[in-house]
Amino acid sequence: MLIHNRRHANLWTLLAPPAIWAIHFLLCYVAAAIACAKGGGPWVDLTTLRWVILGITIPALGLILVAGQQARRHWGFGTDDPPHDQATDEDRQHFLGYATLLLCALSFVSVIFVAMPAITIADCR
Amino acid sequence: MEQRTVTGRAMRAMPLAGLLTGCGGVQSALDPAGFEAEQVARLFWAMLIASGVIWVLVLGLASYAARRRGQPWSQQGASRLIVWAGAVVPTLLLAVLLFYGLRLMPELRAPGGPLRVHVEGEQFWWRVRYHPPGGAPVESANALVLPVGQRVEFSLSTRDVIHSFWVPALGGKMDMIPGRTNRLVLEPTRTGEFRGACAELCGASHALMAFTVRVVEPAEFEAWLAREAAPAAAVEPAAQAGEAAFLANGCGACHSVRGTAARGDIGPDLTHLASRPTIGAGILENSAENRAAFIARVDQIKPSARMPAYGTLPETEIAAIAAWLGTLR
Ligand code: HEC
Ligand SMILES: [Cu+2]
Repeated sequence: MLIHNRRHANLWTLLAPPAIWAIHFLLCYVAAAIACAKGGGPWVDLTTLRWVILGITIPALGLILVAGQQARRHWGFGTDDPPHDQATDEDRQHFLGYATLLLCALSFVSVIFVAMPAITIADCR
Repeated sequence: MEQRTVTGRAMRAMPLAGLLTGCGGVQSALDPAGFEAEQVARLFWAMLIASGVIWVLVLGLASYAARRRGQPWSQQGASRLIVWAGAVVPTLLLAVLLFYGLRLMPELRAPGGPLRVHVEGEQFWWRVRYHPPGGAPVESANALVLPVGQRVEFSLSTRDVIHSFWVPALGGKMDMIPGRTNRLVLEPTRTGEFRGACAELCGASHALMAFTVRVVEPAEFEAWLAREAAPAAAVEPAAQAGEAAFLANGCGACHSVRGTAARGDIGPDLTHLASRPTIGAGILENSAENRAAFIARVDQIKPSARMPAYGTLPETEIAAIAAWLGTLR
């Protein structure tokens, strides 16, 4: 998998966290759309949907945390200050690692924001 | 001299006055008269004040930084500032706002009371049909009358292009989309006269597609609805020529006047036209001159409207029709 411990950072490890956010986003919305379309009427019982969304959200957050761990390693745990712009293999690794770490933070927050409506949703309108 | 300074000051105050008039009146979300509008206005003011505080803090920080010329911050201090003030705090603030907004939604969308109103957007007017509980539907157009303190459920549709139904004083807007029926629930909280408008560009006369909203006590609403459901008032003898001209010129092919031979369904129902405050979908005061002008020059008054101008009719005939329409209370 994209985030399976990789020795080296590359574009795929960089793309993993936003990809997890995108997949989570789609799953949540498709699940809600199906629940509402098949539920019949505006007052569907949405409890199941809530559990489904919780069930998608926790693994998504977990995967982003794992990706973040790995990105920290690629970054060299911050031993070296940004901007990591030398034309060396090491700086390339540190740059990718740091960028991925920031993307992980963004994706983590986004996944939570995407899942938040599940807390308050009362009907399908 | 004195005169000039006064005018000068007045001139400078003009844009401010313009801004302030936007805060009140018949079509302002900042002068709420409905449950949803009140919630949104409260949120708006809270956000405005919070933004003001943040603005002052940021500017204060900038001027502080400008004054500390020559003494760079430690790298650690700068990073900490960026992480906290640039990422953590904004994220938390956004989370709070998002949660507050999400929590509002179920309440705002809770179902309406027994009265349903179907509004259909047309280029460039509003077809209105009241569905009172247990009663027959009541046809109307271009004006809404609503009972105060009751949640009224609107179903919104259109057959031509996308329109958007918006009464800023009562609540948020909702699009009317061909092939769909959208729902909106409005709950007026005080009586008064308000104005709604189409909020989605829909053609040449989009800006001339408005409507009036009158919020009244429930008892008054019932009485009004009963009157609106009744056929047109019996023709006063003086107006008979107007009715005859209306029918002879084929107006009835597009317009309905219940109780007469006019049964058209292309244009607005005119059965109780005289009880509406405006004509032409909220654009002209409902006076005899304006009705006559609309009939004669609708092509100029309302470009692209689906009604032919009748400027070729003799003026007396147009005046007679306009006078008769004025009797349709
Ligand atoms: C081809 C159909 C058609 C014919 C014929 C027609 N009208 Fe109309 N009329 C309309 C439409 C459509 C509107 C709405 C125009 C708008 O506001 O966009 C309208 C609007 C009006 C209004 C304003 C209604 C309101 O709610 O404010 C009046 C008054 C009116 N017509 C009178 C007449 C008279 C009088 C005649 C005959 C001399 C006539 N119309 C013939 C289609 C027609
Ligand atoms: Cu429109």
